[in-house]
Amino acid sequence: MIRLERVTKLFPGTPMPAVDQVSMEVPEGEICILLGPSGCGKTTTLKMVNRLIEPTSGDILIGDRNTADYDPVELRRTLGYVIQQIGLFPNKTIEDNICIVPDILGWDRNKSRARAAELLELVALDPGVFLKRYPKELSGGQQQRIGVLRAIAADPPVLLMDEPFGAIDPINRAVIQDEFLKMQANLKKTIMFVSHDIDEAVKMGDRIAIFRDGRLIQYDTPDSLLAHPADSFVSDFVGSDRTLKRLQLLKVSDAMMQDPPRVRADDTLKTAAALMEENGHSAVVMVGPRGRVRGFVSLKTAQENKGKVGEHSEALPTTIKLEENLRTAVSTMFRHDITWLACTNDDGFYKGYVTLRGITRLLAEAYRDE
Amino acid sequence: MEILEYALQNWDLIVSRTGEHIEIVGVAVGIAILTGVPIGIAISQNQRLADAVLYVASIIITIPSIALFGMMIPVLSLVGHGIGYLPAVIAVLLYSQLPIIRNTYTAITNIDPALREAARGMGLTRMQRLREVELPLAVPVILAGVRVAVVMNIGVTAIAAYIGAGGLGAFISRGISQTDPRQLVTGALAVSVLAVVADLALLGLQRLITSPGLRETRAAA
Repeated sequence: MIRLERVTKLFPGTPMPAVDQVSMEVPEGEICILLGPSGCGKTTTLKMVNRLIEPTSGDILIGDRNTADYDPVELRRTLGYVIQQIGLFPNKTIEDNICIVPDILGWDRNKSRARAAELLELVALDPGVFLKRYPKELSGGQQQRIGVLRAIAADPPVLLMDEPFGAIDPINRAVIQDEFLKMQANLKKTIMFVSHDIDEAVKMGDRIAIFRDGRLIQYDTPDSLLAHPADSFVSDFVGSDRTLKRLQLLKVSDAMMQDPPRVRADDTLKTAAALMEENGHSAVVMVGPRGRVRGFVSLKTAQENKGKVGEHSEALPTTIKLEENLRTAVSTMFRHDITWLACTNDDGFYKGYVTLRGITRLLAEAYRDE
Repeated sequence: MEILEYALQNWDLIVSRTGEHIEIVGVAVGIAILTGVPIGIAISQNQRLADAVLYVASIIITIPSIALFGMMIPVLSLVGHGIGYLPAVIAVLLYSQLPIIRNTYTAITNIDPALREAARGMGLTRMQRLREVELPLAVPVILAGVRVAVVMNIGVTAIAAYIGAGGLGAFISRGISQTDPRQLVTGALAVSVLAVVADLALLGLQRLITSPGLRETRAAA
């Protein structure tokens, strides 16, 4: 846990504090994004945690211990640190770069080298190929992966990241972000992460802290931040499409109608039509003997024809998995010019459906009290 | 032909004077590295101090060697070494300061600030940062300074023969006073060859102790 209590930084010779009475808490195992325009104090705040910048007043606690009670060098060895410029040491091999903190902590060499190899596997870089290479032989994306590994090599409970993926091209950035989230799901580090990119913040953050002119304006979960910006600055910063951004925070399962009506191939069209009329639906999904999605029949087809469902069913243009986000769901609907999607689990079993209208309602729920 | 004959006849003398020459330059530049590198590192913390130190070192290097030897005679006579080995070593030591201090200073101040920040942020102490990162990165540049100092001072040491320091300059000074071109040319050639060989040897050393990660030749993957 990282706790800031009325932390202020006033640089000598400047009239306004760079960071002004900031209090916040990052719970154990969560990613907190410090977000804001440049010069808003987010990086200064981050650097006060590892005392690269000394606070003018206020307390910063890691766990229960005040950072002011540590020797700064000792403190920094317990906090992983990743910067935008990466800063791999060009004179050292990848292995030695990763092991720099274990080495200065005096770990056993065999142990630290084995750990370096393990860590490389974690980001899908072959240790046999990369351990003995030098930083300049790696691409920017590979270098930044090593930068992250170097920060977690000595297994610090806390990670400080200063725009870590800011210098990487958009395609690689998305890949590294996903990789990092997957790693974090296992590592459960407590992370403070500086960003100026609202999309990155929404994607990566468990919580987002919005800064302006050195003050913490709003500290909230991504969804409530997007749904309820504290003031016009925050709503401008998160963007006029903030409601659309919420789509990627919500899962298909959040908007799905569960236990939907379904038909089988040997049901009659009459049964199907009755089922749809009863539920007010214009189509119904046909499932296989064990419940896998096979196709659908529309109300019109069922009313105008006679016979078994299996003889008149049509193939579904697509289905969607439960754990996909709603942004993907809506995008899929637009692409296929449809207003509903059948949802399946990983094995293809029919679990429910989402409709465009259902998604609209879900998003609007957050605004109903306003 | 005469010169070759002279050189072959006096081979032992050439070897021993080359030895003296190397000793003067080697000892003096060795001490200059031990003083110049720490000074270069120290002044990298303070711009004004750096300007002052580099200014003084630049002035020293403009003093003609003959004048420097002349100035040292009365001073060092107080300790009984007005001429000979000691003033030669001191002169070379002084002339070596500028290239070594300047290159150390330049190398350390040019290190990417991101590397310094990463190193500090991970909890390396000032000494650890120097040892693990800054000095290894500065080594090629510092050694380039050492090469300049060595080549330049092989020339300065030749003149030190006039104050009885020995070395290959003795051939040249005798060649002039005895109007003997054989000695003169032998001395001059030997000094040139020594300078070229020393430069190449140091270049080899520079390549050897520069981290492969800093070499230009290997292409990025």
